[in-house]
Amino acid sequence: MQFLSYLINGISLGSVYALIALGYTMVYGIAKMLNFAHGDVIMIGSYVVFFTFGTSGMNPILSIVLSMVVCTVLGVVIERVAYRPLREAPSLAVLITAIGVSYLLQQVAQLTWSSNPKSFISVISGIPFLQPLSLFGGQLTISAETIVTIVVCVVIMVALIWFVNNTSAGHAMLAVSEDRGAAQLMGVNVNATISLTFAIGSALAAVAGALLCSSYPTLQPTTGAMPGIKAFVAAVFGGIGSIPGAFLGGILLGIIENLSKAYISTQLSDAIVFLVLIVVLIVKPTGLLGKKVNVKV
Amino acid sequence: MGEMLSVKNINVFYGSIHAIRDVSFHVNEGEIVTLIGANGAGKTTTMHAISGLLKLQSGEIDYCGQTISKMEAHKIIRLGLAQVPEGRRVFSGLTVQQNLQMGAYVRRDGKEAIQNDFDMVFELLPRLKERRNQPAGTLSGGEQQMLAMGRALMCKPKMLLLDEPSMGLSPLLVKEIFKIIREVNRNGVTVLLVEQNAKMALEIANRAYVLETGTIKMEGEATELANNIEVRKAYLGC
Ligand SMILES: Nc1ncnc2c1ncn2[C@@H]1O[C@H](COP(=O)(O)OP(=O)(O)OP(=O)(O)O)[C@@H](O)[C@H]1O
Ligand SMILES: [Mg+2]
Repeated sequence: MQFLSYLINGISLGSVYALIALGYTMVYGIAKMLNFAHGDVIMIGSYVVFFTFGTSGMNPILSIVLSMVVCTVLGVVIERVAYRPLREAPSLAVLITAIGVSYLLQQVAQLTWSSNPKSFISVISGIPFLQPLSLFGGQLTISAETIVTIVVCVVIMVALIWFVNNTSAGHAMLAVSEDRGAAQLMGVNVNATISLTFAIGSALAAVAGALLCSSYPTLQPTTGAMPGIKAFVAAVFGGIGSIPGAFLGGILLGIIENLSKAYISTQLSDAIVFLVLIVVLIVKPTGLLGKKVNVKV
Repeated sequence: MGEMLSVKNINVFYGSIHAIRDVSFHVNEGEIVTLIGANGAGKTTTMHAISGLLKLQSGEIDYCGQTISKMEAHKIIRLGLAQVPEGRRVFSGLTVQQNLQMGAYVRRDGKEAIQNDFDMVFELLPRLKERRNQPAGTLSGGEQQMLAMGRALMCKPKMLLLDEPSMGLSPLLVKEIFKIIREVNRNGVTVLLVEQNAKMALEIANRAYVLETGTIKMEGEATELANNIEVRKAYLGC
């Protein structure tokens, strides 16, 4: 029973990683860059929820929607201002810029809201009909946060896969990720497609932030950094560029992390996570669901 | 039969490499014009410049009475100027059907009209029909070339730029590809054809230009050039 509880919590944590990993993986697949500021967008989104819902008592759903809007605008602006001018630049320059943006967001947050941790009030607790689930005559209790996190993640995943495969904008994303030049020859506006990708990734980051802080209720300017890195690992683990890969990688990472915390060592759990990543990459360098890299002839 | 495409004194650079030097040529409506030249002559560069994938250093490109040399690539295709790029560049992870769908990306004239063109493409390129649900990456080179052409036709182009469609294909398939080009042209599509296979290209073209290290060296009626001694030596091997 204990095991089941660890497992479910692991899946829930993994769902958050998966939502964040989607942002990394879509941006990598379409813009061919690692957006290291992605984790910090989560943090900004969480502050929006903290102030609107936590402090001002706004309706929790409305608060999350507002946070999504803020993060979407933020993500699109970051891409427009910091990354687009570097579209033809070497990838190292883009990477360094992304790290710079990440620090910038953290510093701005620190100046604006100070580095004192804030205690986040679970958004789930603000929705009255959501109650913990009690199973096996009370032997196993699953918190409402856990259930909501898993359900939201699955719904978003299904919706996203549908969107990519069934809409014109989704097809444009697939085309740009395969061959930017050929996509342009089909009439795809590459800049608009990349903006859309950042918008979607950042909106999902807002949701992930609200869910993460509901389960782990301390919020400070560095809150996004570690989950950001873990989610990046999850994206690589599942095969960067692959949407189902981000989902699988995220969930597995959450499970591994939680089980190693429970059964091996809390201190070592992160090391174990990275160890598993290294082993997977040695056995399958493209990640679990990653595609073979097409070598151009 | 007015000028459909006019390329006027264009210069294109890759960094400090001057790849295209003062190149001018034109294509009249309804024609097949071929641009022949050896490896590295600048044929692909010229095609990319026309489609808007590369910026000009100077010069101008006009298409259907409109200057397109400052336009973005995704807008140029909307004017009915499509390109089948060198090396096919089909979307290998998408199915044949989805690739063709991508070809129709800019169209807003309704499902029915697009469906008609699916049928038209499958009729012209029957090999694609049986493979419609197969990922494009699993097609043979020849089939990928057919798909690349079908994909470009799906946008209902007025003019088609073809960059070495015969590359890497068996003689039989080359014949088939050229037959298709002729048929597409008969259906009213103006064609600019880049080829290293000068013999075949000169056979189907009305007019030709010879490109050498970034400049136009010769131009004329295709039959005329096919009998020119220099051309015969350099490009026809006889
Ligand atoms: N991306 C690039 N960066 C730098 N130089 C380039 C680039 N692409 C092409 N070139 C150079 O520009 C010149 C023309 O190249 P281009 O690809 O247009 O030739 P081509 O006539 O299409 O040749 P081929 O028949 O081999 O396809 C060549 O000297 C080539 O080395
Ligand atoms: Mg070429």
